[in-house]
Amino acid sequence: MNTNSAHPVPPYLSEGGHYGRFGGRFSPEALVAALDEVAVAWDKAKHDPEFQAELHRLLTEYTGRPSPLTEARNFSEYCNGARILLKREDLNHTGSHKINNVLGQALLTKRMGKTRVIAETGAGQHGVATATACALLGLECVIYMGEEDTRRQALNVARMNMLGAEVVPVTVGSRTLKDAVNEAFRDWVANVDTTHYLLGTVAGPHPFPSMVRDLHYIIGAEARQQVLERTGALPDAVAACVGGGSNAIGIFAAFIPDETVRLYGFEAGGEGIGTGRHAASITGGSVGVFQGARTFVLQDEHGQTVPSHSISAGLDYPAVGPEHAWLADSGRATYAPVTDAEAMEAFRLLCRTEGIIPAIESAHALAGARTIGAELGPDATILVSLSGRGDKDVNTAAAYFGLLGDRGEQDR
Amino acid sequence: MTALQRKLAEARAEGRAALVGYYPAGLPDVDSSVRVIEAMVAGGCDVIEVGLPYSDPTMDGPVIQQASDAALAAGTTPKDVLAVVRATAETGAAALVMSYWNPIEQYGVDAFAADMAAAGGAGVITPDLIPEEAGPWIRASDASGLDRIFLVAPSSTDQRLKLTCDASRGFVYAASLMGVTGTRDKVAATARKLVQRVRGATRDSGLPVCVGLGISNGAQAAEVASYADGVIVGSGFCRRVLDAPDLDTACAQVRDFAAELAEGVRSAAR
Ligand SMILES: Cc1ncc(COP(=O)(O)O)c(C=O)c1O
Repeated sequence: MNTNSAHPVPPYLSEGGHYGRFGGRFSPEALVAALDEVAVAWDKAKHDPEFQAELHRLLTEYTGRPSPLTEARNFSEYCNGARILLKREDLNHTGSHKINNVLGQALLTKRMGKTRVIAETGAGQHGVATATACALLGLECVIYMGEEDTRRQALNVARMNMLGAEVVPVTVGSRTLKDAVNEAFRDWVANVDTTHYLLGTVAGPHPFPSMVRDLHYIIGAEARQQVLERTGALPDAVAACVGGGSNAIGIFAAFIPDETVRLYGFEAGGEGIGTGRHAASITGGSVGVFQGARTFVLQDEHGQTVPSHSISAGLDYPAVGPEHAWLADSGRATYAPVTDAEAMEAFRLLCRTEGIIPAIESAHALAGARTIGAELGPDATILVSLSGRGDKDVNTAAAYFGLLGDRGEQDR
Repeated sequence: MTALQRKLAEARAEGRAALVGYYPAGLPDVDSSVRVIEAMVAGGCDVIEVGLPYSDPTMDGPVIQQASDAALAAGTTPKDVLAVVRATAETGAAALVMSYWNPIEQYGVDAFAADMAAAGGAGVITPDLIPEEAGPWIRASDASGLDRIFLVAPSSTDQRLKLTCDASRGFVYAASLMGVTGTRDKVAATARKLVQRVRGATRDSGLPVCVGLGISNGAQAAEVASYADGVIVGSGFCRRVLDAPDLDTACAQVRDFAAELAEGVRSAAR
């Protein structure tokens, strides 16, 4: 099984990290040397059997890969009878796909001779995964998190603290994920000699989008083989939720050359695109430059970033990775919004029909699978990226479904 | 010759570094920001960088972040920034804009360059644009006759110093240290070294080099002025306005501060 990250570079990725007109490096000059250092180190590590063996060992022994493929026979009924195959990233250590990227970059940090890791987090999933890898590998760890999010996700703050990380609440700007990313960049530029910025998705300046993609490629590589073994054919469609886009690119990448396989990315439609309260950068945003790359951004006519909204903290980001912008523009992948209400309905259905509590992020992909099933009919096979588990979301979901009485309301 | 090039040449002829002050348009409102800038010029700034406030200023420390947020909350638009540029040019100082790239791209790169030139602006500083990504901007700034100022940093390789200086016109902005904007107790030791390296890269062009980040008093200005062609100060001005009880007090303090810095650049041992 080709699950190592030394897979071929996509033909549409340029040397400078451009995906067509998207991507690139819109960063202060002060960071260019560090970005180059990471790019060179990653390129070496990616082709180094020793590094790959070490990463492979961690992914199997520690993360629990390969993650299983589960057929959702009951949930299928709610997808117009289409065959639904769930790629179970929720069963990874720390509960989501995030750990794939984190372990790779943490190992790379050690290779570069750096001792300190910084990261941003929204919901706390990437922060917890980063704190975990740093505990394992003996790295100092500082997590930037919007003040607003530290309150919404207090339990994950405690988890990070238990793992030995320092969590710094970000009190500037809109005090959410994008501001945590800004703070991490500010820290990085001042501490670049000792510190690696372990970015959590396929966004940011080159080489982050391609490096993080490489590290999640394993999701699609495993799934492609598992689907072939299980069904004897390629799936008709692949569905994933898209925040920054890392789980989606990870599962898409292995199928991009398979022209018959339709790729669907589901963005957070929040309260509906028409309300302006959403986080759907591709369907509801426009092309701009944001946090290091040219991509789709939620912005006003003057290029000021507009705050995003989603019931799912992990999708609550006003931009998207540049490769998705390219895939959308070129038509290779299709992107559509899923509202909070549609995601929560899919969340409820998966809990009740399969006994699996999905992350609310992943519930967007499940809701999307229902739409695809309606379109393609009962003969279709749909592979869904179940990017994470919903333990972290129990409070939000209980409040949403009115299961907590008065107590839950404050967490909404 | 642009107004910027003229100002830098005049300062050089006087045997001193130029004083470059940064201030965001729209803090606390558009008209008041013009008054603050007039006070900066009255105190002795040769060149003004008019900041275009942006929602995600990754290169800026807390003071300028706070200043940008306040200017945005007051509803400042790029058109307002251009109005402030026009007013700045009328003071006799050279007027630049300092802007993150996305607002310029959304305005339209060619339109921004043309409107900037029409407003009497001399050039634009783009802190998150590196020459490799600047193709459209290089063409637009050439077409409109604007100076374009890229940044170099202590981490820049020799090759990148050369590339960046060659792409710059007016001056090259040397970031004194690895970090964001904001006042510091001391001028970073990395500043002088970087300027020396820039001199190597600009031996043929004679491109001036101005130093910014962390300079916040007359003594520091004097120190930097002893080896650079210009001294750039930003957070110190913003801080005084943010802390002042009213606009008159703010302007008086800004003028005094500019005068202290202007004295600094004139007292430098060169
Ligand atoms: C379970 C889960 N899925 C998806 C995401 C969204 O990130 P991405 O779009 O990079 O996969 C997150 C982010 O926190 C997450 O926790």
